[in-house]
Amino acid sequence: MKLSYYPGCSLEGTALDYDQSVREICRQLDIELVEIPDWNCCGASSAHMTDHEVGIRLPMRNLLLAADAGHDILVPCAACFQRLKAADKALRENPRFWDVKKYTADFEIIHISTFLARPEILAAIREKVSHNLDQLAIACYYGCLSLRNPRVTDAPNWEMPETLESIVAAVGARPVAWSHRTECCSGSLTMARPDIAEKLVGDIVTAARRAGAGAMVTDCPMCQANVESRQVPGTGEELPVFFATELIAAALSGTYPSKQQKVHLVSPVVLSKAIDDASRRQEDSA
Amino acid sequence: MDKNSISPDERSEKFLSKLKERDIDVQACYQCGRCSSGCPIGDFFDLKVMEVVRLAAYGQEDQLLQSHAIWLCAACETCATRCPNEIEIAGLMDVLRELALRKGISPAEPRIPVFHRSFLGSVNRWGKAYEIGMIANYKMKTGDLMGDMRLGMNMFLKGKLKLMPHSIEGKSEIKEIFSGKGKEYDR
Repeated sequence: MKLSYYPGCSLEGTALDYDQSVREICRQLDIELVEIPDWNCCGASSAHMTDHEVGIRLPMRNLLLAADAGHDILVPCAACFQRLKAADKALRENPRFWDVKKYTADFEIIHISTFLARPEILAAIREKVSHNLDQLAIACYYGCLSLRNPRVTDAPNWEMPETLESIVAAVGARPVAWSHRTECCSGSLTMARPDIAEKLVGDIVTAARRAGAGAMVTDCPMCQANVESRQVPGTGEELPVFFATELIAAALSGTYPSKQQKVHLVSPVVLSKAIDDASRRQEDSA
Repeated sequence: MDKNSISPDERSEKFLSKLKERDIDVQACYQCGRCSSGCPIGDFFDLKVMEVVRLAAYGQEDQLLQSHAIWLCAACETCATRCPNEIEIAGLMDVLRELALRKGISPAEPRIPVFHRSFLGSVNRWGKAYEIGMIANYKMKTGDLMGDMRLGMNMFLKGKLKLMPHSIEGKSEIKEIFSGKGKEYDR
């Protein structure tokens, strides 16, 4: 299978490891990723929040570049996904309004967990898992932008999504039932109003803990950075936030390299423990 | 909000026609309050989300443009998603912020538009967001030099911040986008 790939700026910076794990598991699942040539920033929240034209025209350029290849576009970042979808809707409605002569793109824009939760991909993951992560109780955290607004994202279950839970279950981990799966962490405000981010993140992490989670899993690079960085350090109550692909990569390879552990702002030791436990059980039964 | 139950007789027709043009049907609001109750940041707002919508329906642009709420809104889209009348409330917030900036109204939350401008400045320059450059620019402009210093250093040491920006090839196309393409037709 061949897909166009739009990594987005975060995946070249704060979430570089997200990019690496996406590429690694795609390699293992025989999915060829073709990076959109000369892609640009989608404008994220800042563009559409302050400038409607720029907010559509930035992601639009990427769609026109991707249209040449014609493959479906895989997008790991929730914000990029939502902006590309918004531009796609605007273009389909009236291309000439945006100075585009014709827009007949028949590709789909797919957010990563929607893709990974397809039955055939889940089956492939299950088959390739070398280490079952059944020691891990996980709070799946979606945040906002892969789901909302469903009139833009076309998300089928925007209040009660299940994609991350099915992915986490495919690697043997245990998703917990909890309250804040789709609550906003205020990532777009985190620099200017860290006090608000601390409150929202605090509520989210407390809810995850209350449900018995030992870690969180997300598919949004802003959520990952914000939820790890805005927890109050040193309380002993912190939860690490893993990318869904990071978890899959660990379960497939049976390793969680120390280089990867080091990029976390909250200790990710629960994942290396889960891998070690799985190894020990395999040795015992051998 | 002013505790006056009678709708005001002065309203901004220009603002109302802008909303119409964007298909933001604020008149469809019957004040059920789902937007306000779902808003994750509502506790920090000076106006409830439902008040923002009602003031918009009354064309009370000035009060809205001076509010904290339009800047504190994080664009999470919970309000618009849950609105039973499918009013594009997050889109309304976008219109209000853009209008406040264009009119040069001093923002109630000054750091927030500085952040957006720093972010977009880096996209304008390189075609991609360049985190260190954006953060430096934001810090210079807000004077908030010490805030998050430890977090910044920590992220830097963990290799999460890229040292050099990567520029795209099609920079001239990005410049064109930022030079106001399409806005010639705004009145």
